[in-house]
Amino acid sequence: MDALDGNAIAGALYAHFGTDLTAASGRCRHCGTRAQIAELAVYARAPGVVVRCRACGGVVIVVVEIRGASRVELTHFELA
Amino acid sequence: MVELVEETPRATSIVVELPAWPGHRAGQHVDVRLTAEDGYQAQRSYSIASAPEDPHVVLTVERLEDGEVSPYLVDELRPGDELELRGPVGGYFVWDASTGGPLLLIAGGSGIVPFRAMWRHHRASGSGVQLRLLYSARSLGEVIYRNELRVSGVDVRCALTREWPAKFQGHRGRIDQELLADVTWSPDQGPLTYICGPTAFVEAAAQALVGLGHDPRSVKTERFGPTGA
Repeated sequence: MDALDGNAIAGALYAHFGTDLTAASGRCRHCGTRAQIAELAVYARAPGVVVRCRACGGVVIVVVEIRGASRVELTHFELA
Repeated sequence: MVELVEETPRATSIVVELPAWPGHRAGQHVDVRLTAEDGYQAQRSYSIASAPEDPHVVLTVERLEDGEVSPYLVDELRPGDELELRGPVGGYFVWDASTGGPLLLIAGGSGIVPFRAMWRHHRASGSGVQLRLLYSARSLGEVIYRNELRVSGVDVRCALTREWPAKFQGHRGRIDQELLADVTWSPDQGPLTYICGPTAFVEAAAQALVGLGHDPRSVKTERFGPTGA
């Protein structure tokens, strides 16, 4: 399946954190590769959005939005 | 929402009037949310087609045949209807006059939309940065903003992938490394390249540029779902 860029979750991250995070950098906790969020691979066709590291394919972020509430799972992407 | 402009049979520009718009940067997008009577919601992200300097925010939407949101926006929406928007969002795929260049924009299909914001911002800000656009579309009839591009003063190179007029002067077929080598500046001139289009198009163009010796960090990409270009 074709992946989108991290730009695709800009709105969801903005709603959750109150700021734009797509230009924020971080490190994949699976393989250590650094990337900006906009550079990650986004798979948006599932009920939740799955974001993977482009280097190792590991899942780094999961975003679920339901009935106006969002949950963002960021444990495998170390911001900074 | 104040006005609809048919750009091609599949793409429509939606001119919106937003009472509390905080302003945006060229290349940013908004999320459009539709809510059905039973409460079911669908949301999609669309690039902003207008420059920060323009009086109204414009979205250009291409109808995807199996889409949940775009068929409504292209076929059902009427002037005066209200839309729920979230944004502007996105801080990565943006170009400000202060970002510099030379600036190469590479669009596949409706990937042209954020670039309209950029070339209009380029002109409105009086930028002296060299700007060139490479636009790949299926046929002349699918070229979005065709009239505007003709008079915009933008240096446009066009590639048509499926059909072309007999006298067509542009590139025939998909873009390739040879075409990109001809269109872009040499890596030592430090061009900034933005590529927007369907995933396969974006990856082919980005790989070709890196193959030509361009620094991957100077190439920004924005991929969207399958539509073909």
